[in-house]
Formats: sequence, C-alpha cells, structure tokens
Amino acid sequence: MHSRTKRLNMQLLIKIIFRDERAFVRKRYTRSTGGNVFVMLVLIITGCFMALPLVYALVSSLKPFEEIFIFPPRFFVRRPTLDNFINLFIISSNLWVPFSRYIFNSIFVAFSATSLHVIIASAAAYPLAKHDIPGKKIIFSVVVLSLMFVSQVTFIPQYIIMARLGWINTYASLILPPIGASLGLFLMRQFMEGIPDSILESAKIDGASEYRIFFTIVMPNVKPAWLTLTIFSFQSIWNNPALQFIYNEELKLLPAAMNQIITGNNIARLGVGMAAAVFLLLPPLILFIVIQTRVIETMAYAGIKG
Amino acid sequence: MSDLLKNTGGQVLDRGYQKTIWQRIKYNRQSYILIIPYLIFFIVFTVFPVIMSVGLGFTYFNVLEAPVFRGWHNYIRMFLDDDIFLIAVRNTLVFTFITGPISYILCFLFAWLINELPRQIRSIATVIFYAPALSGQVFTIWLFIFSPDAYGIVNGFLIKWGLIKEPVRWLLDPAYNLKILILVQLWLSLGVGFLAFIAGLQGIDGNQYESAAIDGIKNRFQELWYITLPNMVPQLIFGAVMQIVASFSVSEVSIRLAGFPSTEYSAETVVTHIMDHGMIRYEMGYASAMAGVLFISMIIANRIITKALKRVGH
Repeated sequence: MHSRTKRLNMQLLIKIIFRDERAFVRKRYTRSTGGNVFVMLVLIITGCFMALPLVYALVSSLKPFEEIFIFPPRFFVRRPTLDNFINLFIISSNLWVPFSRYIFNSIFVAFSATSLHVIIASAAAYPLAKHDIPGKKIIFSVVVLSLMFVSQVTFIPQYIIMARLGWINTYASLILPPIGASLGLFLMRQFMEGIPDSILESAKIDGASEYRIFFTIVMPNVKPAWLTLTIFSFQSIWNNPALQFIYNEELKLLPAAMNQIITGNNIARLGVGMAAAVFLLLPPLILFIVIQTRVIETMAYAGIKG
Repeated sequence: MSDLLKNTGGQVLDRGYQKTIWQRIKYNRQSYILIIPYLIFFIVFTVFPVIMSVGLGFTYFNVLEAPVFRGWHNYIRMFLDDDIFLIAVRNTLVFTFITGPISYILCFLFAWLINELPRQIRSIATVIFYAPALSGQVFTIWLFIFSPDAYGIVNGFLIKWGLIKEPVRWLLDPAYNLKILILVQLWLSLGVGFLAFIAGLQGIDGNQYESAAIDGIKNRFQELWYITLPNMVPQLIFGAVMQIVASFSVSEVSIRLAGFPSTEYSAETVVTHIMDHGMIRYEMGYASAMAGVLFISMIIANRIITKALKRVGH
C-alpha cells in the first residue's frame, strides 16, 4: 500500500508540474472501467423501467378515441392527435368559472405558499441546528413526530380551527397551513447540521446579527437543500386538490377542477384523463428541471465551503 | 466551539452557559425570533389538530354530533373485533418490511450512482428517475397497463404471445393486486429521500475524496463506506424517517389502482381502513384511534432506525 500511495503521489506531482488539468478531476483513482460499464448498464435498464409508464401516459394522451380500444393493444400511437387536449379545454371552457381562474389560483397559491414555507422553515431550522438554546430538542422532536401522524384524521380538527378563524373559503386557508409543514424544517435542520461552527463563530465575532448570519452565511451554504425543498413544497401544494376548506368554485385549485372534468367525462377516460394528468405534470416538471440543474451546479462550490 | 475561542471571545461567544434558563433565553432572543413565525403556523395547523385527533381516539364521534367518551373501547375493538383491520395491518407490514427497505436502499443507490455521471447526463438521469414521484396523477396509467380487459397492455401482449388465454383481472384479483401495488410503489419510490440524498452528495467536500485516494482507498465501495456515508448521516436519517412515513401510510396507490374498497379488502392498508371508517362510515373516533396506533408504530420504527443510522461509519 505504501508503494501505491507513493506512486499516486508521484503521478499527481507530475501532473501538477505539467499543468495537466485531469489531476484535479475528482475520484479518478477509485473507479474501474468495468465498474463504470456495469453502473451504466444498471442505470439504463432501470431508467427504462422508470420511463416507460410515463412514455405510455404521454402516448396515450395523444391517442385518438378509436386507437384506445383495439386488440392487440399497441404501445405507440399510430395517428397522434391533440383531440384529447382540445376536448379537455372545450369541456373546461364550458365550466361555470373560467378555466384561467383555476390556473391562476393554483399558481398563486403554490408560489406564495412555497416561498413563505422555504424562508420561514429555514429561519427556524437554523437556531435548531446550530444554537444551544433551551427547548430546541423538544421543538425538533415534536416536528419530526408530527410527520408520523396521518393527515386523514386531522382534517376534521383542521376544519374546526379554520372555521373558528373564519378562514373557510379564503386564500389564507390554502396558503397558510403549508407554511407550518414539518418536512421543510426537518430537511433544512438536517442539512444545516453540517455547516462548520467555525464560520458561524467568526461572523459572530465580526459583530453580525443572527439574521445577517442566516441570510449571508447559512442559506448560501445549504443552497442544494433549500432548492430541493422548493421542489418538494411546490409539488405537494400543486398536486393537492385542497378541497377541505374551499366550497367557493372561484377559489378551487386546478387538480380539483381536473378531477371534476375527468369524473364527468367517463367515456374517453384514458385519453382525456391522461391529457389532464400530463397537463398537470408540466408546471412542476419544468420547475423541477430548472431547479435541479442548479442543485447539481452547486457541486462546483462544494470544495470551498468551511 | 473550542475553549480557545471561548477564552478570547468572552462576552461575544458565550451563548449564556451557566446562567439561569431565563437568562439563556433572553441572551439568545434572536434565535427565538427566527423560530417563532414557523412555530405559530406549526402549532396552529399541525400540533392542535394532532392533539385533538388523539383525544378523539377515545370517543365515539360521528362528525355531526358532539363526541362521546368511550375510554379504550376503540382500541379493544380494533384488535379483537375487526377482522379487516388485521388484514390492513398485515398488508401495511408487507409495505413496511418489503417495499420500505428496498425503496430506501434504491433511493440511496441511485442517488449515489447518478452523482457519478458527467453533469449533463446527470441532469437527464435525475429527471427520469424522479419523474414518477413528481406527478400526482400520472401513476393512474398503471390502471390502464394492468387493465382487466384484453385492451390493456399487459393482458394484450400476454394473449398475443400465447402465454394466457383469457385476460387476467390483475388489479381486481386478490392473488395479484398486492404484488402489483408493490411494483407501483417501488416505481414511485425514488422521491423525497432520493432528492435529499442527491442534494446531500453535492455538499460533500471534494477534497476529502482526493486525500482519501492518496491515503489508499482503493475502490468505490471503500470510498462509499469511509467517506460518503459518514458525511451523509443527517440526510440518511431524514430519508429514513420519510421512508417510514411513506411505507406505513400507503393508501392513495391502493385506492386508485385496486379500488376502494378493494376486492375482499385484499389490498386494504391501515390508512385506507382509516379513510373507510373516517370518511365513509363517519366513525371519526375509531379512525382517530387507528391513526394513534399507527403513530406509535411509526415512532417505534423511527427510534430503531435512527439509532442504527447513527452508527454508520463508526
């Protein structure tokens, strides 16, 4: 092993001397070609398993009515058509409330609740992760425990609280409860645990307030975490029909409207249903692609933290 | 915080050690100001409802009339007088002991493998693997893949290739439905934990790998065990808790694919049973009691797994 280390050192030295950039590429010495090929194979095969049902969903949304009921069934579509999407919008334009209103509601609620949740939950996670303050253990355990109580029975008590607050049929009932979601605080605290104390202490010596430390040091250090939390939060709010507190049609969200359309249109279920599902998938998918590339890009800075 | 810093910093660095609790709170007031906004929302919309539900577990409550106190009756009924609850427990245990651990390992494995890829491919791979979990509704496509008639993809192809003569009613048949639900659950499993692991891997200091390679770490598995995993303990704990929650509360997939109720309750889980009693039979007291039992089971599972994970790499 000793000679191996020496050899690696020599290689590294030579490369540094000759300014060979490959010397700085991560993980060069611990990867075998055979292993890499095997990994690629595993990823391709499972990737197909993951992607095929989604491709089928997309293809089905493009199938004309007569291609849905054929035997033997075909995976791909022969004559793709946008009929299902057009039908979806014809049905939706006959609704009592204009379809754009549902889209506005969903976008407004998802964006405001997500941004408030990310900021407020991260702010609370910082002291819980890094400060030795009375009560922090209790607060954190209650947050984690609350994740384990299923929401299917808490909706009646939640309704009672909402009614007491007078928030039934308001945007507040859609936007405010997700702010106190447990997942965000838990995720952020776990990531903030890894921030070295030394950089926080030196900022403290320089006289920075905790708020300043939070925004200028803590948040940039856990950028992958809050970007990821943005995805989780947006996605769960976007996909939630949130029917408990809203009876006013004008305040209903997109998934609720879509459910009404699909259940009211039973004949072409596969086609229109999949068109609705694909349409609903688009906003979170776009947000995910935009944000996830940024999560991966933060990698480049990982070396200079601490 | 090191003693050296404590001595030089004096007042600035002393976070109020060896003072009374009130002095410590007052000294750290900025920390509490950061916590309080979250705490208000959390207590009002999460803690209160949970406490009220736990209380309802000891009552008869039909949502319309005021709850009536029934003591331990609901809990006795659950274990001694409700055969379907026992089916639900058995199915839930299948999900916690089979799909739960497999999903968790897959989440980490794929996060780790994808992280090795060149950057452009990495983005595409993340999208493909996370996409099933991203969508709220698209998983209902499995309903059409395993459609009970010959137009469904699986039946259609099996008949065409001569493997079966008549269409199998996959999701309606108690012999198959649970297995298909496991498959779909696995398909959906690269979710919260997977993304948290990817984010966690981005935070590991690259220099650690360089120096480890020089110190004689020979292959990717040694590197995983000695460097990657110890660096990821907080994320691993997060992923485990989310996995426990997900596997103990499987319901949506069962309801949408196997029906509600499923044939002979063969795909009933504890949460679908809770929904059956709470939302359809209006027995909210009994439903809350079942949620309480589920809550305690998850806490126990969480304790065991968190303890085990804290040993990783030590």
